[in-house]
Amino acid sequence: MRISVSNENKPILIASLFIVVILLAGTVYTLSTAGTAPLLSPKYLLQQLQTGSFLGICAAGMMMVILLGHIDLSIPWTLTAAAMTATAVGGEMALPTALAVGIAVGMLNGFGVAFLRIPSMIFTLGVDTVLRGLMVAQTGGFAPQDTATPLMLFLAKDRLLGIPVALFVWAAVSVFIIVMLTRTGFGRSIYATGSREGAAYLSGIRTRFVTMGAFVVSGLCASIAGVLLAGYSAKAYQGMGNAFLLPAIAAVVLGGTHILGGRGRYIGTLIGVILIVLLNSVLSIMQMPEAGRQIIYGTVIIAMLLVYGRNQRVTS
Amino acid sequence: MHQSRLTRWFFQNVGLASALLLFAVLFLSYNMMHPRGFSAAVAVQNANETAAIAFLAMAQTLPVLLGGLDLSVGAVMTLTNCIASELVNGSPAQILFGIVVTLLSGAAFGLMNGLIVVYGRIQPIIATLATGAIAIGLALLVRPKPGGDVDGDLGWALTNSVWDFADTYGIAGGGDAWWIRPFADIPVPVIIVLLVTILVWVPFRRSVTGRTVYAIGSAEGAAFMSGLPIERAKIAAFTLGGFFAACGGLYLAIQTSSGNADIQQAGAYTLNSIAAVVLGGTSLLGGVGTAVGSLIGAGILRVISFYFRILDIDPLLQPLIEGVVLLVAVSFGAIRTLRVKNKLDLFR
Repeated sequence: MRISVSNENKPILIASLFIVVILLAGTVYTLSTAGTAPLLSPKYLLQQLQTGSFLGICAAGMMMVILLGHIDLSIPWTLTAAAMTATAVGGEMALPTALAVGIAVGMLNGFGVAFLRIPSMIFTLGVDTVLRGLMVAQTGGFAPQDTATPLMLFLAKDRLLGIPVALFVWAAVSVFIIVMLTRTGFGRSIYATGSREGAAYLSGIRTRFVTMGAFVVSGLCASIAGVLLAGYSAKAYQGMGNAFLLPAIAAVVLGGTHILGGRGRYIGTLIGVILIVLLNSVLSIMQMPEAGRQIIYGTVIIAMLLVYGRNQRVTS
Repeated sequence: MHQSRLTRWFFQNVGLASALLLFAVLFLSYNMMHPRGFSAAVAVQNANETAAIAFLAMAQTLPVLLGGLDLSVGAVMTLTNCIASELVNGSPAQILFGIVVTLLSGAAFGLMNGLIVVYGRIQPIIATLATGAIAIGLALLVRPKPGGDVDGDLGWALTNSVWDFADTYGIAGGGDAWWIRPFADIPVPVIIVLLVTILVWVPFRRSVTGRTVYAIGSAEGAAFMSGLPIERAKIAAFTLGGFFAACGGLYLAIQTSSGNADIQQAGAYTLNSIAAVVLGGTSLLGGVGTAVGSLIGAGILRVISFYFRILDIDPLLQPLIEGVVLLVAVSFGAIRTLRVKNKLDLFR
């Protein structure tokens, strides 16, 4: 009997298989060198997922924008700006202020891309530079002395029922995104606009507000990730978001979302994030130097996409 | 008749023309405000700091003309920078060998990008995101720690004025021959960039392959149906992009006489190259623009940062002002939306 897998689920299936391969290869390695199998212990996996939740939340927001065929390059400094304002404001208002920063940045991005029609690649890049400038001007180029509030520490570091709270936040964001994408008009509008904006506009979708909404979600996700990361490291610092941009894009694409928009399932993004997090942790267990890590990282992305990410040949 | 041709050129190249105008205004007023403006020393310094990003902007132009994007240009520059810091020293033959190997390795990496994009049929932006990581990894293998050695004479000759170049190698009477006098104050990096443009970019632009790159960016399906060599043009564009990035890496190695596998620097150069391409009037949708425009765009980016040296601005505000200027400059592209008669034309 031949099992048929729809085109949309193929990437998810293959990526999941690859996660199993990574886990097995890592376990074989640790068994042969140390005689233990830490990769298979729930405690270790939960800890890895806890650090992966920051990337996961960034990728969730990035996916909204990529589904539209756009991209959000302002995530690193949106994340940093949210974290820095949260620690600077402090107290009760820390969290709402950080989220407000994310929403404001998202609205600015959405305005530039949807109303001014500037390509998102360059507009979000400009917004990123401006945010960096604002943060450098505000902090004097040093890490601010403020510390994370108790609530941020709780969200990022504590555990409920033995499970890190950060994972609950990630799960909440994921449920929100899944419901939005599959059960609401806004979610369907995102897919429609991403497939062909002209057609979506003619069928009555207010595509510009859809675009703006997606960027707001992206900014919001980045600011949530910023709050969590500031809580995890107990403070905010310059450049704390730089490590998240490219992995977030890679996770979304590895999960089968088409980079030109219109196609993709959130579960794929989830799998993509887990794949990248586990790949990183197996490479650090193997004490792979940075050079080897980068090469393997790049090769894995290319190889996976060669298996399932190929475009149609242009013939007409 | 002449007038109308000029006007037509202007309307066909509004982006390029306004970039040229912006650059001219910024550069002239910079030199007028500079206490030692319009001097060879200032020109040499400015040219040195612009050469690497100028090459990268040219490298980025080709994939953008195809309607794609190359996120690996900064990484390829870093890789070739590290290779050059290992090889470009010793006897003249060894230096020449080092230069050739550096440029070839950049072109080879670009070729690999092209092959992956054409035969792997992966979107350029995501394929180069991955190969960029590979290039950084290779650069770290070549040079785990910053350092290296580049021939001192070469470094001096190529980063100063033409007179110093002639003086270093004792040609043209040590730089005092009558025929070199008019050019004596021109910075060598300017000449290198112009030479590469004239010898590599212009012939490519005029070839069938080069025109095919433009055709693909405008409408790939139509280009295919017209029997144009699509695959060859794509591979050539990425290979040439790798070559230009290698020129940037080589120049950076000569300028700093060292190599540095810095991930942050590679990322910053990639993003700046995109900004330079857009400022130079090239459309990110593909099919419109030139590498010459990107050179001007790179110039604009750099001149803006030069202003901070002569104006009494708090250095902490520098990134903010740079960002605002970039954002405002690209926002002028929104004027297009005012001219659109049919709203559907907005949704391309």
